[in-house]
Amino acid sequence: MADRTSDGLSPALPESTGGVGVSVGAKRRSRYSLLTRRDKLVLAAMIGLPLFLDLALIWGPTIASVVLSFTNWNGIGPITPDKFIGTKNYENLFQAYPFFWPALTHNILWLAVLMFAATPVGILFAVLLDRELRGTRIYQSILYLPVVLSLAIIGFIWQLQYAPEQGFINNVLGRTEQGNLISWLGDPSLNIWAVLVAASWRHVGYVMVLYLAGLKSVDPTLREAAKVDGASERQTFFSVVFPVMAPINVVIVVVTVIESLRAFDIAYIINRGKNGLELLSTLITNNSISESNRVGFGSAIAVILLLVSLGPIVVFLSRMMREDRR
Amino acid sequence: MTAAVATPRTIRIRGRRLPLSRAALHVFLIVMSGIWLFPLAWAAYTSLRPFGDTQVRGYVSLPGTLNFQNYVDAWDQAELPHFYLNTLLVTIPSVILTLFIASLLAFALTRFRFRFNLWLLMLFTAGNLLPPQVIIVPLFRLYNLIRGIPEPLSDNGLLYDQYTGIILIHVVFQLGFCVFVLGNYMRTISHELTEAAVVDGAGVWTIYRKVVLPLCRPALAALATLEFTFIYNDFFWALLLMKSGDRRPITSALNNLQGLFFSDNNLLAAGSILVAIPTILVFVALQKQFVRGLSLGSSKG
Amino acid sequence: MANREAPRPQADSITGNHLLTRRQILGGMAGAAGLAAVPSLLAACSGGASPSAGGQSSAPGGASSPPASAVGGNITLGSNYSDAVPKGVLQGIVDTFSQETGITVKVNTVDHGTFQDQISSYLQATPDDVFTWFSGFRMRFFAAQGLATDISDVWAKVGDNYSEAFKVGSTGDDQKQYFIPIYNYPWAVFYRKSVFQEKGYEIPTTVDELKTLCSKMQTDGLIPFAFGDSDGWPAMGTFDILNLRQNGYDFHVGLMAGDQKWTDPKVKTVFEIWKELLPFHQEGAAGRTWQDAAQALVQKKAGMYLLGMFVSQQFQEAGEAELDDLDFFPYPSLGTEFDAEQALDAPIDGFMISANSPSLGDDLDAAKAFMEYLAQPETQVTWVSQDKGNIAASKNADTSGYTPLQQKAAELIGNAQRITQFLDRDTNPNFAGANGMQAFLLDFLKTPDQDPDTFLGKIQTFWDTL
Repeated sequence: MADRTSDGLSPALPESTGGVGVSVGAKRRSRYSLLTRRDKLVLAAMIGLPLFLDLALIWGPTIASVVLSFTNWNGIGPITPDKFIGTKNYENLFQAYPFFWPALTHNILWLAVLMFAATPVGILFAVLLDRELRGTRIYQSILYLPVVLSLAIIGFIWQLQYAPEQGFINNVLGRTEQGNLISWLGDPSLNIWAVLVAASWRHVGYVMVLYLAGLKSVDPTLREAAKVDGASERQTFFSVVFPVMAPINVVIVVVTVIESLRAFDIAYIINRGKNGLELLSTLITNNSISESNRVGFGSAIAVILLLVSLGPIVVFLSRMMREDRR
Repeated sequence: MTAAVATPRTIRIRGRRLPLSRAALHVFLIVMSGIWLFPLAWAAYTSLRPFGDTQVRGYVSLPGTLNFQNYVDAWDQAELPHFYLNTLLVTIPSVILTLFIASLLAFALTRFRFRFNLWLLMLFTAGNLLPPQVIIVPLFRLYNLIRGIPEPLSDNGLLYDQYTGIILIHVVFQLGFCVFVLGNYMRTISHELTEAAVVDGAGVWTIYRKVVLPLCRPALAALATLEFTFIYNDFFWALLLMKSGDRRPITSALNNLQGLFFSDNNLLAAGSILVAIPTILVFVALQKQFVRGLSLGSSKG
Repeated sequence: MANREAPRPQADSITGNHLLTRRQILGGMAGAAGLAAVPSLLAACSGGASPSAGGQSSAPGGASSPPASAVGGNITLGSNYSDAVPKGVLQGIVDTFSQETGITVKVNTVDHGTFQDQISSYLQATPDDVFTWFSGFRMRFFAAQGLATDISDVWAKVGDNYSEAFKVGSTGDDQKQYFIPIYNYPWAVFYRKSVFQEKGYEIPTTVDELKTLCSKMQTDGLIPFAFGDSDGWPAMGTFDILNLRQNGYDFHVGLMAGDQKWTDPKVKTVFEIWKELLPFHQEGAAGRTWQDAAQALVQKKAGMYLLGMFVSQQFQEAGEAELDDLDFFPYPSLGTEFDAEQALDAPIDGFMISANSPSLGDDLDAAKAFMEYLAQPETQVTWVSQDKGNIAASKNADTSGYTPLQQKAAELIGNAQRITQFLDRDTNPNFAGANGMQAFLLDFLKTPDQDPDTFLGKIQTFWDTL
């Protein structure tokens, strides 16, 4: 039983998805006709309730964000027609608002670091741990441990490393005095990197586990064949394993992009997203859910975030569709 | 590393050479594990030292005294038991409801064919992938707009500042991921089983309850573990949708604790570790479930 | 651990006592904070504040039963006093009020950052009957939006307790009163008497003397000014005082209201003066909280600290002896005609009645009785005798129990001809926030040498887009 589950589950397992899908499709129709009226009602409730909640609490607000972004509503009183100001929020955002481009840059930097530094390290760990070494489980647990911590806690734990006078790093470097102090979290050219180290610390473990699960499912004969053909391990990985892992790779790319766009907690804990830690997410909350009342303007930033997020979402959904067709 | 010797005939030779490269690999992994563990270990070490001890000796030093006083102080001053309770009040109903609704939905969407099956599945999944900040502004307004939520669910008639509101958004937001995972899982369940039930005259509910749900137990266990940590670790929703400081779950309450523990890193370290402990324990105890949950989905957004 | 109350060796008094004293303070507040948490938790679970009726007997947690003579009633109070000391003080005052009047007050404490962030939606949705707030633009704004209840009738009764300045500070744009001041506190330059004595430092009265003193401190191995601005607002205090001294009250207020421009050369001068003083400040301010910076003063690593009198909290925690050693002087003069105004930031904190509280219909009289109680000099003296970083707002307060520091603060504020609240209380919150003025000032601290015209142009452009 246990074996069956760990084998047949992963949507990403390339060979298991195809066959099942077809057989399901063929048989469903006949069963549908057997449904009684009551059954249909039950099914409608099973789908209807979550659908209603999803539309009301997620997609409704998404559309509302778009609408609000064309207003200058300050959150007080009704939204009257004269509050609609066209695309002025967007013009302001792109042309005048001094924090938008830094925030977008930081989000992109976040993505770049997670994608091109943390993700490859995670993959490397996965590949190394895939070799059935003694103690693999222990290594795996340690490297994965940060993933179970919240980003807020991670912010706190890393402050113990970065604090100017009390932090580990400055104490070890002897840089805690007036005149030579390194302000890891206060210097706007350093703090984003300091935070990214902490974020990567978590992301590596995440990628590692996802990838390791994928590697376990790669048909071992593929590797044997490559070995017999004289390929080195590195060649085997890049020309045989990596391509077979395409579905997992897509998942990892999507997860990484989404995580980068969602980045919020650490920056908020450290300084509420200012002074070098501006992010789209913190700009939205600072403008719209704070004493500052720029609901319309904040919504325009939310719409930008929405548009950027649609990229990876569409990639992921189209993968779902393709798999469904197979 | 081993490229030079990897010729077809060297399989045997490689077998002999392995100890060396394996040793190097172990060294590498041990070093890496050390680096990875260090921030947590450092927090633990700091938390065991009295503030006075670190003031006199410096932070990077051997300890004069080690004790659990910081834990006692953090526990009392920050009223941590209270916040753990809040977390339970949010997390447990959220996890149960999420899994229950997601299993219904996955069951309906994968065992029966509708015209919009895939589109619905995509709708839920996409909702789960959206950054929460995209919807927070209108959601915040909506939570303040809806009136007349009855008593046991809300003591101010709103969803705002209520456990109900936080639970609701967790459920809806996590649905996508759970439906996706459970849907994939249910597809692997043999159709002969459900067909036999239909032939026996079982209704939809009975099939769900008696046939499919029991088979999904491993997936539900894995998901429950994952969802527990996701929801336990949530900082954002409760920060913005829960006004009352004394109702916030522990992760969001951290934001206040920072003010309480100012200028005492030792206390802060103890507080952080206390907050982290439940997820670490769950992870250590249920590691298998974790890994299975993630590989089941490979799609957590 | 066992002998917590025992006297400690000298070396420990600065450091090891930290927690101990905090404990004592907490305990000293009649254990109120701890006890208070229990009923509020119960109430939170059982739904204490029912919107339907004040008469419903959802007695929170079985607190002390009211005396027979009591008026009775319930009110709810939204409080941003989340720090241990003021939280305990407020609870104590509320308890006394309840005993005297039989009116139960349920305190809902929110950490003050969050409270401020969510004030607008809070006031629109289902606020508590009474809430803690500040004087200044922030008060007038919500009054003008109809989110606060006019309490001019309360003021008619208690007006004699306050000086004219406090009445003005409680008055909305429509000339009605909306606010009951409870205390205020000055911003000034804090220092340790023992350090000044030991090194033979003189109190500087002009900015040149200040600079000389700073240089002397540097050669003595002291950081002249402790500084922490990771919260973003402390630096505003420096801007305020320099602008008030250099350009005067009227210009400052005009600038806050948007009638003057940030691109005005007068503002540029302020930043030039500030730039000259910056090298005397503690490095890495952007990554340090004000509390950590205060520790530099506590530990005698820094010589001075420009901050509000709440800095005394940090000394109070370090022990009574430390608190006695704390002193301040007004910011030195800059040699302008405005020095004579002796203007300073002296923010007023207090209470307001909301407009949209669902229970207000039943509770209004009780809420007004509570406001009246808060306006009494005795109540305020009780407050500031425990929370020693403040002085009573009432002009009739009995100051005989004040600490020397409080005496001096009262004198300083009394001598000031002009009083401002604080940059972020005097101007549009859309302008003053984390992605606004806080960020601009942090940018200045990071690169003081940047072109001032471009820098100020950015600020003005930002103002114009709001």
